[in-house]
Amino acid sequence: MTDLKDVRVGVVTFPGTLDDRDAARAVKLAGGTPVSLWHDEADLKNVDAVIIPGGFSYGDYLRAGAIAAKAAVMSKVIDAANSEAALPVLGICNGFQILTESHLLPGSMIKNDHRKFICRDQVLRIDTNETSWTSQYEKGQEIVVPLKNQDGQYVADPATLEELEAENRVAFRYVGFNPNGSRNDIAGITNKRGNVVGLMPHPEHAVEPGFGPSSVGSGEDVALRAGADGLGVFTSALQAIINK
Amino acid sequence: MARIVVDVMLKPEILDPQGKAIANELPRIGLENFSDVRQGKRFELTVEGEVTEELLAQARQAAEELLSNPVIEDVVNVSALED
Repeated sequence: MTDLKDVRVGVVTFPGTLDDRDAARAVKLAGGTPVSLWHDEADLKNVDAVIIPGGFSYGDYLRAGAIAAKAAVMSKVIDAANSEAALPVLGICNGFQILTESHLLPGSMIKNDHRKFICRDQVLRIDTNETSWTSQYEKGQEIVVPLKNQDGQYVADPATLEELEAENRVAFRYVGFNPNGSRNDIAGITNKRGNVVGLMPHPEHAVEPGFGPSSVGSGEDVALRAGADGLGVFTSALQAIINK
Repeated sequence: MARIVVDVMLKPEILDPQGKAIANELPRIGLENFSDVRQGKRFELTVEGEVTEELLAQARQAAEELLSNPVIEDVVNVSALED
């Protein structure tokens, strides 16, 4: 594969998913081809990567992401993510919750420590670029993307947190302000192989200059890149697939 | 028809923001003696006929694999519901 356009990225829609169209648009703006995947069909349509977008799948009944994790499409996503081919999988917000409920990623999300829904422009630091979804960033680079959630507090037992830190698997960390009480300021993590990544904030809402939050004050330099800090998440996956 | 009850609680070390909100509310209705509140979930599983050991085992499986998330929650009770 040499053309970005040939890279097919599946975007899953569950009942209650909200950000599937934004995720598909992010794939398109990054140069790839988005493919809709339906929760009830155990068919990945030969996609090269999968995005589980945010929202409130199945009304977040039982626990956020718990019912979606058992959906027909997820059994295929789990198999493909764990296969030798290591399908790149990204979970955003509710998608991150679905990935933890699917046991593709460790830990879990509980209600924000301040008990309120929160929506803000959030600074994140890329703590590892050795994943399918962060390779286009510099390690240590700071980005600003929107964050909006109620059940965003990342928790895991001390042994899991220690392992994540020791294995350099915290992909995104909150900088300046921890918006939900997440352990170790964790905003997003990756699995051991780096193909599965989940994060609470929303890179797909910061993919177009002028329409996302700005990372660097004001001025002419800003105008060119302001608001598109999240795009690198999607270009990373497309490049990783092309370079295979 | 009989029912099996499954009770799930957040692990003690996990902060329970909802329980905290409820605890803050109790003094406002004049109840000052409850120092803490933890909110859990109760499930009632209806079965045809009697509650057997096998059905209880299946309820325990449901509790472990779907009704609770072992990362944040404990299953604290699986038992037949006495009518």
